Amino acid sequence: MSVNLTLLTVMGALYACGIYLILERSLTRVLLGLMLLANATNLLILTTGGYAGLAPIFDKDIPAGDYNDPLPQALILTSIVISFAVTAFMLGIIYRTWVLARQDEIQDDAEDRRVAETPSFDAEDDSVIPVETSEFPLAMIGSDGARVADTDTAIGAGSSTGSSTAAVMSGDRPVRADQAASEEQPGSLNVDPSPEGGGK
Amino acid sequence: MNIASFAPLAVVLPILGAALTFLLIRYPRAQRAVSIALLTLTLLLECSLLASVWEGGTVAVNIGGWMPPWGIVLVVDQFSSLMLVVSSAVSLAVLIYATGQGMADGDRDAPVSIFHPTYLILVAGVSNAFLSGDLFNLYVGFEILLTASYVLITLGGTGPRIRAGVTYVVVSVVSSVLFLIAIAMIYGATGTINMADLAIKLGDLDQGTRTLLHVMLLVAFGIKAAVFPLSFWLPDSYPTAPAPVTAVFAGLLTKVGVYAMVRTETLLFPGDALNAPLMVAALLTMVVGILGALAQSDIKRLLSFTLVSHIGYMVFGLAMSTVAGLGAAVFYVAHHITIQTSLFLVTGLIERRGGSSSMDRVAGLAKLSPVLGVLFFIPAMNLAGIPPFSGFLGKLGLLQAGVELGTPLAYALVIGGVLTSLLTLLAIARVWNRAFWRKPEDAEHPDPVLLAAPEDSATGDRAGRTNVTLLPRTMVGSTLGLVVFGVALTVFAGPLFKVADQSAQEMLDRSSYIQAVLGEDAPVPPVPQAARPDQQQGGGK
Repeated sequence: MSVNLTLLTVMGALYACGIYLILERSLTRVLLGLMLLANATNLLILTTGGYAGLAPIFDKDIPAGDYNDPLPQALILTSIVISFAVTAFMLGIIYRTWVLARQDEIQDDAEDRRVAETPSFDAEDDSVIPVETSEFPLAMIGSDGARVADTDTAIGAGSSTGSSTAAVMSGDRPVRADQAASEEQPGSLNVDPSPEGGGK
Repeated sequence: MNIASFAPLAVVLPILGAALTFLLIRYPRAQRAVSIALLTLTLLLECSLLASVWEGGTVAVNIGGWMPPWGIVLVVDQFSSLMLVVSSAVSLAVLIYATGQGMADGDRDAPVSIFHPTYLILVAGVSNAFLSGDLFNLYVGFEILLTASYVLITLGGTGPRIRAGVTYVVVSVVSSVLFLIAIAMIYGATGTINMADLAIKLGDLDQGTRTLLHVMLLVAFGIKAAVFPLSFWLPDSYPTAPAPVTAVFAGLLTKVGVYAMVRTETLLFPGDALNAPLMVAALLTMVVGILGALAQSDIKRLLSFTLVSHIGYMVFGLAMSTVAGLGAAVFYVAHHITIQTSLFLVTGLIERRGGSSSMDRVAGLAKLSPVLGVLFFIPAMNLAGIPPFSGFLGKLGLLQAGVELGTPLAYALVIGGVLTSLLTLLAIARVWNRAFWRKPEDAEHPDPVLLAAPEDSATGDRAGRTNVTLLPRTMVGSTLGLVVFGVALTVFAGPLFKVADQSAQEMLDRSSYIQAVLGEDAPVPPVPQAARPDQQQGGGK
């Protein structure tokens, strides 16, 4: 099978530009890149049909080899329609990003960043718990709770406020549990978990 | 007239439903009734398809009367009909769950009426991909389901969803372009895109071209199936979507990629030299995925990572290309669709009951809602592969097949599989300990909903009312249905394994598929030499 060199060169250029553009951070450029990639692929499909021949309308006198191959064109038609839908959808998303964030850039994943910044420390397993955790703390230390208060001050979590003060390690500094709650609250990003209702 | 010749209805019925629900956009109640009725009808049709294929063998349906190498063919064999039944059952459960959620949230005020049509289009795309007998129609099936999924993943258009949607759309489009390039190259090399025809003609190509085409297809499907080096988009984009959407994506979409990989490996490129790289990819997918899961504190993200990790098991079974391995992989796909979806549905319930899906904010659920505990515990143990559940049976089948194969790489994968199973148990146990067992006060940042609850339950009647709005019966019921379906997979594991093994045999043999499409006298090419030593080794030991 022989191949049209012009088509091949154009296709290569389109692929190169397309790949360059989808590596950008700006969404509009990414969209342009995707469109170039789709068109380059359409050209590739076109070249698989070989050189242009006669229109594929059957005539007894024409040998089969002279016709153009109609199948690649049918495939291209389908793929053009599909890339049209995707382009329209992407434009909608880009507009929505602009409305929401006033910028045309791909945003970072906040939860991903948070997980990456988490030290190799598990609040559940590794935190320093100065308070007596046994079931009968008062029976062992008497009613004044003096020992509990001592260990409490030892980790520098502030003045002794009685046996109820637990400490939570946040990063590498200790934070009192009752204050920890008022710190940054990571968690679900879902403002609205409903698929059907409650949308704004 | 065979019942299997009604196979196109599996695609047509959901599309019809999409059109109807689109017309009924102002009548949410009618919309729900139509979509649930049509999906139930589709499920019944697919069950009868499975039964008829089980009795009468593979059937090909020529669309529009064009004969196979030229026209579009839909092929119903045991594997595809099994996938159809499982996927429709799961999507029906998710649809009922979503309607329950919509009704509970009072969507009469602000209905996102586009949900039903889009969801049915998604189901149609999945069915089309499973049934398709030529590569381009497979591409179209993928595009139908992907375009629907773009809409579903950005439903509501909130900031985080748009952000996640961008990643998802760009990655999916790139993988689709790769798939299309592969199709163009295959058409250029062979002059056909009918899969049965390709199975014959690809054998005549020289080894270099074959490997190139093979790698192109595997990379394209690998992105869709989230196999390790190509899996990073998944945990980034799935968790932000609404719970039912994440559930159906996690259950179905990656499995369509796995299905396409199975077809490529068994039908188009049997016995090729890429089994060893596939096994390495499977090992890395399993181990890296589960290590990612251990680092997460959000339950949805954690489950997304376990999803990636367990794709590794299916690729492992596929890469062995023995009847035992492939059969176990087929069983594992069916099991995993059900279990992963039910886990995501339960997480949606956790989010409603506890106010969040972050393990830093949710605690003490076992006491607040024992039903939720049971609903989470069963599929979770199933996922981790605790006997006697189907997860254990599937993993056992894979490991046995691996040991039977006996190559050093297979042993490495067996060890990796056991390790992944244990680490899954660890990840799941962390969720259980933190979200279900500890006291609400022990949570790092307890959610207000949790702390409010005990006071509510102190005053009897208020608690009753809260529970109804927080956990609607439809949602709990559909989740329960899916969990029961998962347990049924365990109870009926014997017959299911039989179907899986038989479909594996059918796929490795190839003759029934090729002859069903191209007619009885079509030449069935022998499996290339490269596969022979493996298979003999597998069978001999």
